[in-house]
Amino acid sequence: MKLYDFIWLVPLFPLLGAVFNGFVSNRRGLSKTTTQSVALLGAGLAWIYGWAAVIQWFFTEDHTRAYSVTAFTWITGGNLTIAGGSTAAVDIAASFQVDPLSAVMVGFVTFVGFLIHLYSVGYMHGEPDRDYARYFAYLNLFMFAMLTLITGSNLPVLFVGWEGVGLCSYLLIGFYFEKDWCAAAGKKAFIVNRIGDFGFLLAIFFAFYYFGTLEFQGLFDAMAGDHGGHYATAATIIGLLLFVGAIGKSAQIPLFVWLPDAMAGPTPVSALIHAATMVTAGVYMVARCNYFYQMSPTAMLTVAVIGGVTAVFAATIGLVQNDIKKVLAYSTVSQLGYMFLAAGVGAYVVAIFHVVTHAFFKACLFLGSGSVIHACGGEQDMRKMGGLKKYMPTTYWTFLVATIAIAGIFPFAGFFSKDEILAKVFAAGYGDLNHHGGVYYLLWSLAVIGAVLTAFYMFRLVFMTFHGEFRGGEEAEHHLHESPWTMTLPLQILGVLSIVGGFIGVPGFLWGHPEHNLIDRFLEPVVLHMDHGGHAGAHPGLGLELGLIALSLAAAGFGIWMAYRFYFVDREFVRAGKLAERFPFAYKLLLNKYWIDELYAATFVKGTVKLADLLWEIDARVIDGAVNGARHVTVGSSWLSGIFDLRVVDGLVNLVGRFYDVASLQFRRLQVGFAQGYAMVMVFGAALLLGIFFVVNL
Amino acid sequence: MIDATHYVVLSLILFCLGLIGVMVRRNFITVLMSLELMFNAVNLNLIAFSFRLSDLAGQVLAIFVITVAAAEAAIGLGLIIALVRLKDTVALDEADVMRG
Amino acid sequence: MDTQYGWLLNLICYLPLAGALLMVFFIKNENVGAIKTAAAIIAGVDFVLSLPLWFLYRTDGAEFQFASRAEWITSVGAQYLFGVDGFAILLILLTTLLGFISVYSSFTAITHREKEYYVFLLMLQTGMMGVFCSLDFVLFYVFWEVMLVPMYFLIGVWGGPRKLYAAIKFFLYTLVGSVLMLVGILALYFYNAGGLKAIGLAGLGNTPTFSIPHLYTIAPQVPPELQFWIFLAFFVGFAIKVPMFPFHTWLPDAHVEAPTAGSVILAGVLLKMGTYGFVRLSLPLLPDATVKAVPWIGVLSIVAIVYGALVAMAQKDMKKLVAYSSVSHMGFIMLGMFALNDPGLRGAILQMLNHGVSTGALFLLVGIVYERRHNRLISEYGGIAKVMPVYATFFLIITMSSIGLPTLNGFIGEFLILIGAFNHSWVWALFAASGIVLGAAYMLWLYQRVFFGELANEKNKSLKDLNLREQWTIIPLIFLAFWIGLYPKPFFDRMQPTVDRVMERVSVALPETDLGFVSGGDTDADHAEEPESKHGE
Repeated sequence: MKLYDFIWLVPLFPLLGAVFNGFVSNRRGLSKTTTQSVALLGAGLAWIYGWAAVIQWFFTEDHTRAYSVTAFTWITGGNLTIAGGSTAAVDIAASFQVDPLSAVMVGFVTFVGFLIHLYSVGYMHGEPDRDYARYFAYLNLFMFAMLTLITGSNLPVLFVGWEGVGLCSYLLIGFYFEKDWCAAAGKKAFIVNRIGDFGFLLAIFFAFYYFGTLEFQGLFDAMAGDHGGHYATAATIIGLLLFVGAIGKSAQIPLFVWLPDAMAGPTPVSALIHAATMVTAGVYMVARCNYFYQMSPTAMLTVAVIGGVTAVFAATIGLVQNDIKKVLAYSTVSQLGYMFLAAGVGAYVVAIFHVVTHAFFKACLFLGSGSVIHACGGEQDMRKMGGLKKYMPTTYWTFLVATIAIAGIFPFAGFFSKDEILAKVFAAGYGDLNHHGGVYYLLWSLAVIGAVLTAFYMFRLVFMTFHGEFRGGEEAEHHLHESPWTMTLPLQILGVLSIVGGFIGVPGFLWGHPEHNLIDRFLEPVVLHMDHGGHAGAHPGLGLELGLIALSLAAAGFGIWMAYRFYFVDREFVRAGKLAERFPFAYKLLLNKYWIDELYAATFVKGTVKLADLLWEIDARVIDGAVNGARHVTVGSSWLSGIFDLRVVDGLVNLVGRFYDVASLQFRRLQVGFAQGYAMVMVFGAALLLGIFFVVNL
Repeated sequence: MIDATHYVVLSLILFCLGLIGVMVRRNFITVLMSLELMFNAVNLNLIAFSFRLSDLAGQVLAIFVITVAAAEAAIGLGLIIALVRLKDTVALDEADVMRG
Repeated sequence: MDTQYGWLLNLICYLPLAGALLMVFFIKNENVGAIKTAAAIIAGVDFVLSLPLWFLYRTDGAEFQFASRAEWITSVGAQYLFGVDGFAILLILLTTLLGFISVYSSFTAITHREKEYYVFLLMLQTGMMGVFCSLDFVLFYVFWEVMLVPMYFLIGVWGGPRKLYAAIKFFLYTLVGSVLMLVGILALYFYNAGGLKAIGLAGLGNTPTFSIPHLYTIAPQVPPELQFWIFLAFFVGFAIKVPMFPFHTWLPDAHVEAPTAGSVILAGVLLKMGTYGFVRLSLPLLPDATVKAVPWIGVLSIVAIVYGALVAMAQKDMKKLVAYSSVSHMGFIMLGMFALNDPGLRGAILQMLNHGVSTGALFLLVGIVYERRHNRLISEYGGIAKVMPVYATFFLIITMSSIGLPTLNGFIGEFLILIGAFNHSWVWALFAASGIVLGAAYMLWLYQRVFFGELANEKNKSLKDLNLREQWTIIPLIFLAFWIGLYPKPFFDRMQPTVDRVMERVSVALPETDLGFVSGGDTDADHAEEPESKHGE
C-alpha cells in the first residue's frame, strides 16, 4: 500500500481532533484527560502518518516530480479565455502532493507541532475544562490548516491553508478574549493578513490568466518550458503579488506590525504559530513558487531588499524591549527577514533550511520563555526576573543552547543556516546576480550587522532573565519552580535539535561536495534553475568562504561580548541606562518601535474609519436625502393639489350638496318613522290611484 | 250554487280585515298575522279563478305565495326579536328611531 | 419544455397560500399554539416537497422542466406558464428552506396578531415562488407585485419604531421600479406582436405572447436602440430590488425596521429577485444592450462593493451593518454576472445562494440577541462570548462565511466572481478584491465589539445562550455553508445548463474574442506586454 496516496490524511487527523474537541468536548465540558488525549492523538497520528508516508515516498518515487493525489473535485467554475486566446477550465481539485519541499515541511511541522501539543498539556493545565477544550480544538485546527498549506498541490488549496492558519492565529491570539487588547491583537493579525491575501488572490488570478492552471507542477512545467523569456512580465507581476501575501503572513516590512501584538496569545501558540510554522508559510510559498522569482530579477531584488531591511530593522527594535516575548517576536521578524533575504538571492533551499533550524531553536526559545512566564506567575517583564538559572536548570540550559544556536555559534543549528545565508548573499554580490551586485553587497553588510544585533539582544535576554539576582520580589520568588515533564521534555528535545539540527546542511566544501550540501541536494528538484546573468556561476574561493565564516563568528562573538559587558558584568544595567540617556531620541525611537503602530493607526486605520463615517454621512444625507427629497416633493405637490381639490373641485361638489341639504330638510318631515303610518299612506295612495283610474275610465 | 263571486267577496272581506289589522294594530305580532291574512286572501282569489278558468298557473302562483309568506314570516319574526332586544316591547309605534 | 411532474411545482408554489387560507378560516385568532404549529407544518411540508426538485431535475434535459401550461387571458396572449431550470430550482430550495426557518424562528419573537403574521409570511412565500416559477411575463409581473403586499404588512405591522416610514419607502420604491419594468415588458410584447403605432414601433408580426421562452427566440432580432430602452426599464426595476448603488437606501431602513423573519426573507430571497431578473430576463433577452451596459454596471458594482463595506464599517446598529454588508455582497454578485463569462456567472449564481445563507443567518443571529435585549446597538454589547458560547461559535462561523474564508461558502462564490471579473478587467478585480479586506475589517470589528472584551454591561450578564429551537434555525444554514464551501459540485452541476444557455444567448452580442485583456490571436508576444496598456476600463 502506498501511504502517500492518502497524504490528505495528514491534515485530516488533526481536523477530526479539532471537530471533536470543539463540538463535543467543549460543549459538554469533558475532562481534560479526554480532551488532551484526542488532541495529542490527532497531532500524533499526523506526525506518525506524515513521517511514514514521506519516508515511503522517499524510497519509492521519483523525487524530481511532485507526486500529486486528488481527494475530490472542489470547484468547477466553467471555461475562461486566457492569455493567447485559448480556453482553460477553472477546475480546481482538492489535491495534495508530496515532493521534497512538502516532505521537509511535513517532516518538521508535524514533529514540532506534536511537541508543542505535548507542551501545551502542561502549560494550559490551569484553564477551565471548556477553555482547555477550546484551546486544543484551535490548536488542532491550526495543524489541519498548516498541513493543508504545505501539502496542497495547487494555489487555491494552499490558499485554504493560508487563510485557515490566519483564522486559527486570530482565534488563538484572541484566546483570552475577555482582555480587550488580546481581542484587538487577534483582529489586527487577521486584517493585516487579509491585506496580504489580497495580493495573493490577485496573484492567483494572474497565474490562471497567463498559464490556465493553478497546479504547482503545471506552473513549474510552463515556466521551465519557457526558454524565450515570454513569461518575464507575468513572472514579475505574479512574483510581486505573491510576495505581498508573504509579507503579510511572514510579518515583513511594512506589514510586520501584527506579529509583536500576536504575543497576546498563550505562549505555546507563539511558539508554534508565530515562530515555528505559520509565519514561515510566506517563505515556504516563495520557495514553492520559486520559478516566478527565478524568472524575474525585479521580484528577486524586491524580496531580498525587504528581507534584508526587515532583518536589521526588527533586530534594532529587539535591542531595547523589556517584554521577554516581545524580544522573541522581533527576533522572529528579523529571522524571517533573513529567510527572505536568502530567497531573494535565489537560495530558496537555504531559506527553507533556515526555516527548519529556526523552527527548532525559536520554538525552544518560546517554550523556554513560556516555562519562565509560567514560573513567574504570568510576569513577562524581564526587569522583574533574573537569577532564574538556579530555580529552573532544565529551562536554563535548553534556553541557552537555543540562544547560542540563534546567535550562530559553531556547531549549533543556527550557525549552518545563517552562515549559509550570509555566504549566498555575499556570493550574489560577488557574482553580480542579475547585475544588481552592489545592492547585494549592501544587503550582505546589513545582514552581518543583523547578526551582531541578534547575538546581542538574545544574550541580553538570557543574562537579564537567568543571571544575576531575582528582581521580582520575595513573594514571587517563593513560587519559582521547574516546570512539569510535559513542558521540559519538548524543551530538551528541541534543545538537542538546536544543537544537531544544522548537520543536515553542513556546507558541501567541508565534506568534499563543493556544489551541494545534504538538504540542498534533496530539495534541488523543487527549484527552477536559471541563468541569472552577470557571472552568477562564479563562486568565492575556499579561502574567502572560510573568511566569511570567521567573520560571521566574529560578529556573533562581538554581540555576545557586548551583551556580557552591559547585562552580565553590570548587574544593575547602569551602563545600559546611561547609554539610553546619552541617546534619548534613538532609545525612544527603538523602544516605541519607530512609532510604526502609531503611524498606521493615525493614517490607514483612522483614514479608513473617517472615510467610512464620511460615506455614511453622504449616504444618509445625499443619497437617502435624494430619495426622501423625492418623497417631500411628492408629498408637497400632493398637499398643493389637496388645497386645490378642497377649495375649487370640492367647492363645486359641495355647492350641489348644499342644495340637496336644504331641500331635504323639507322632505324630512314626511318621515314619521312609524311603519304603520307608511302602510296607511300606501293604502290611501293606492285607493287614490284606483279612484282616479275609475274616474278616468268612466 | 256557489260561484266565483262568493269567493271574490270572501277574499275581499278577508283582505280588508287584514289591511285594517296591519294599519291599526299596535302589536307587531298581530300586524304580522294580519299580513298573513292578506296573503291568504290573495291565495283564495288565485285558487278560485284557477278552478273557474281551468288554468293551473293560479295554483302554482298560490303555492309560490305560501313559500314567500313563510320566508316573510321568518324575517318578520326576526325583526320582532330585534325590536324586543332593542326596545323591550313588541309595540310597533315604539319603533320610530327613523323619524325625520 | 418538459411537463413531467408539473403538478409538483404548482403544489409547491400554492401550498403556502392554500395553507394560509385554511388558517384564516379554521383556526381561531386566540389559538396561538395551533397557529404556530400549522404555519410550521405548512412551511416544513413545502420544504420537503421541494426537495424532489433537486433530485428529479435532469441536467441534460429540456431547458425548463416540471412545466405546466394553461390558457389564461387569451385575448392578449397571456398564458399560465410554469417551469423551472436548475438556477430557479436552487433559488426555490433556498426560498422554501428560508421560509421554514423564518416561520420557525418567529415563534417567540412575534407576540401580537400572530395569525395575520403567519398568514402573511406564507402568502409571501407563494409570491416569491411564483416569481421563480413563472415563464410568462404577465404571470411573472403579477407574482412580482403580489410579493410586495405581504412584505409591506410584515414591516408595517410587526416592525420597529420607524416601521411605517420603512414600509412605505420599501413599497413605493420597489413599486416605481416594477412599473418601469412593466413598461419594458410591454415594449417587448408589442415588438414581438404587431408593434405600436403610437410610438412608431414596428413589430415582428408574430402571434402576441408574453411567453418568456418564446421571447428568447426573438431576442437577437430586437434592434439595439429598442434593447437599450427596454434594458434601462428592466435595469431600474431590478437594480432597485438588488439593490444596486445608488438605489440602495431603502434596504437599511427596511432591514432595520422589519421583524427578524422579515429581514431573513428580505435578504435571503427578495434581494435575489433583482439578480434573478437580470439572469433570467435582461441578459438573454437583451444581449446587445447587456454587453453595452457592462462597463457601467461593472463600475456601479465595484462602487457598491467598496462603498457598502465602508459604510457598514461606520454603523452603530448591528442590523444596519449587516444591511450595508448586503449592499457590498450584492455588488459582488452583479460584478460576477456582468463579467459575462462562465466563472463569473457561476460565481454570481452561487453567491446568490451564499448571500441568502450567510446574511440570512446573520439576521437570525442578530434577531436572537435583539429578542433578549431589545437593543441592536453594538455599543450595548461586549464580552458576550462569555455568557453565550454557542451563540458566539455560530456567529463566528457565519462571520467567516460572510467574509469568504476558504472551506466556507462565501469563498467559492467570491473566488469565481473575482476570477471572472479579472478576466474581464484586472482593474475590476483589483478594486473588488479590496472589498474582501474591508469585509474582514468590518465583520471582525463587529465581532470583537460584540463578543470580546469584558462583560461590562450588567444587562448582558444574564443573557441566556441559544435554546434548542434557536440552534436548529441556524444549524441548517451552517451545514449549507460548509457543504457549499467544501463540495459545491452538485450546485454547479445544477446551474450549469442555465449558465451555458445564458452565455450562449448573450454571446450573440459579444465580440468574436474575449472581453478585453488580450486581443485574441495566438502570439506569445502578448505575454511580454504590460496588461495595463491593453486593459483600462
